[in-house]
Amino acid sequence: MNPLEVVPAGLDGAAFWLPLVFVCLMGLSMLLYVILDGYDLGVGIWLHQAEPAQRDRMIASIGPFWDANETWLVLGVGLLLVAFPLAHGVILGALYLPVALMLAGLILRGVAFDFRAKVKPEKKARWDLAFHAGSLLASLAQGTMLGQLITGFDASPAGLLFSVFIGLGLAAGYALLGASWLILKTEGALQLRALRWARLSAWGTGAGIAAVSIATPMVSPAIFAKWFSLPQFFALLPIPLASLAMFVLLQVFLSRLKVDAGSGNANGLRRWAWGPFACSVSLFVLAFFGLAYSLFPYLVPDRITIWNAAAAPESLMVMLAGALLVLPAILGYTAFAYRVFRGKASDLHYG
Amino acid sequence: MDDPLLLARIQFAANITFHILFPTLSIALGWALLFFRVRYTRTRDERWMSLYRFWVKIFALCFALGVVSGITMSFQFGTNWPGFMTTVGNIAGPLLAYEVLTAFFLEATFLSIMLFGMNRVSERVHTLATALVCFGTTLSAFWILVLNSWMQTPVGFEMRDGVAHATDWLAILSNPSLPYRLLHMLIASALTVAFLIAGLSAYRLLRRDAGGDVKLGLKVGVYAAAVLIPIQIAVGDLHGLNTLHHQPAKVAAMEGLWDSTAGAPAVLFAVPDEAARRNRFEIAIPKLASLYLVHDANGVVKGLKDFEQHPRMTPVFWAFRVMVGVGLLMFAVSWLAAWWLRRGAVPRWLLKGLVAMSFSGWFAVVAGWYVTEIGRQPWLVTGVLTAADAASSVPAPMIAMSLAMYLSLYVVLTVAFVSAIFHLARKGTPPAHGEAAVPLAGALS
Repeated sequence: MNPLEVVPAGLDGAAFWLPLVFVCLMGLSMLLYVILDGYDLGVGIWLHQAEPAQRDRMIASIGPFWDANETWLVLGVGLLLVAFPLAHGVILGALYLPVALMLAGLILRGVAFDFRAKVKPEKKARWDLAFHAGSLLASLAQGTMLGQLITGFDASPAGLLFSVFIGLGLAAGYALLGASWLILKTEGALQLRALRWARLSAWGTGAGIAAVSIATPMVSPAIFAKWFSLPQFFALLPIPLASLAMFVLLQVFLSRLKVDAGSGNANGLRRWAWGPFACSVSLFVLAFFGLAYSLFPYLVPDRITIWNAAAAPESLMVMLAGALLVLPAILGYTAFAYRVFRGKASDLHYG
Repeated sequence: MDDPLLLARIQFAANITFHILFPTLSIALGWALLFFRVRYTRTRDERWMSLYRFWVKIFALCFALGVVSGITMSFQFGTNWPGFMTTVGNIAGPLLAYEVLTAFFLEATFLSIMLFGMNRVSERVHTLATALVCFGTTLSAFWILVLNSWMQTPVGFEMRDGVAHATDWLAILSNPSLPYRLLHMLIASALTVAFLIAGLSAYRLLRRDAGGDVKLGLKVGVYAAAVLIPIQIAVGDLHGLNTLHHQPAKVAAMEGLWDSTAGAPAVLFAVPDEAARRNRFEIAIPKLASLYLVHDANGVVKGLKDFEQHPRMTPVFWAFRVMVGVGLLMFAVSWLAAWWLRRGAVPRWLLKGLVAMSFSGWFAVVAGWYVTEIGRQPWLVTGVLTAADAASSVPAPMIAMSLAMYLSLYVVLTVAFVSAIFHLARKGTPPAHGEAAVPLAGALS
């Protein structure tokens, strides 16, 4: 089926292409959010598996980044709100409870990050727990929201069970990103632990991606047709194949790093530490494209398209001008911040 | 408690009340930090650096609380008020988008360099990063106040098929109530921070903290407050006159005036009776309200009864008195303290008074926002959209449940915030990174 068949009749010019541009911008924000906040949520998920002394280093590895990472969520949801106001109400209304839980989780972890360093030492463990629990809660809730969106807000027991399963899968994915990030940013005993964590969470991630890939075509015949009719099938084949390849490559990196760590090959550890993170990010990018292809041009499967939900073209135009002007600057100074804090994480000091 | 509209309003009010506490601090505290930073660069006086190091921690805490409670807001626009975006989304959308694009990323990214980057970048780049964070927080206040002021005094749009379309962005960006509201809010932020700095410095002084920055902090806080409070009262008065012009019902509720009156009295105290539409136990000064509102002792001020649509009087009336009361108290305390400071030292009782006033700014700010927001009711956007029409169809129990969760979270976090900053104050000036820790209090008392 040609996705453009669902374009409402009589749409042309700006009213046709502006929603397309904005859904791309929104998708880009969401993808960046999932990857960037994914790794810091993942570090939070693992926090409780580490020694108290290692926790400071784990937090230090994400300290300079988490705030800006979360801003991509504000932009993503903000674009949904301002570019597709109709869909924003429908989607967030249907996801009211998981959204509330996710927000509670994000609030807890965001403040715990700062409080733990500023309260009396005996209260620190409590905020560590809040950081861990908040990260886990936010990840599970986001995955559940994704599951609900894919199933078209199916509130039957089967639909809910599936959504919770996706929640677990996404939490595993974030845990993988977090562990890979720690492999990249830390050394010694903590890095060794992170290797083990990455190995564990990789399997959960794989299961989650497989579940989404199998379930999405089953939910809607239209999506099924998009994937399994010829010749699209062959054109799309690279997506699952590349995912599989990335998964295998990830395992290769992890084994190699483990051997290096065991034999004390510091050179090898340094040279390949970026590998697992690159593979994990690639897995997320591929899964994202697969999902985006399935859903497009719908914001809510089979119900609301980007054209039904879009704001007035003249307002979109005003926003597009701003976005085109400002986004390059944002990407530029984000790169600058990552450069300033490059290399292995060291303890954080104010000033 | 089964009215979804009321619950949605309470939930949104709870969130926005909690949220506003932290940007109010971080907007002006950022500029204070930039001031400390620049003073240190100019003078190389270590006391400025100690002040910077002490307050940057509190700034980081405020910032984190502001970010996470702000994320909540971006979701609740949709979950609680879907009608808001479908009706005025063409105007609110671009304003919110510009806030995220121009302000949020700027402040979030340079914050990390400001907080953790002092040893990683040059002094000049660090000062620039600090300045960009300040610029970002203030810009964010600008965008959100453009939107809020537009909701109060909407211009530059036309309605087509029940949906607002922007016709003149320049008019929207300079809508009639914006200049007053923006100035009033920025000064409010500065006053809140001035009293917090003065209050915590007084607290440390009372505990005989001998850190060199303590007295300097007290001076900065007290003098800033003493200079700002008269300006704020004047700006507030202008803001009130602007409101009288554009939203007279709000002013009638603020003044406690039910009937249109020539030579309207200034009501000092009363208990408004919403059912009988009259005041009980009223204490008032004759003709004064007409004098300061229409600059004529016998001028007519329109009463609440003569408006078809108007807010409930009680919350607006009381919130207004809390704000003005705190403002007058701020005036008295800051001028007294400034007077004693010029004579040499502030007596202990006044130091205790300053500690008690540490968070006075929060009360005034929240009360002020209640005046302006509740005073706009029943409208969400004056004359365009009512709150009832914008509310969502989410069932009441679901709102009640999440409301309970949010409320308990907010109470815990507010308590944690206040106790954390007093804990920081007890710890005193942190030693610079790399220096040995020096016991501060005790040894010198």
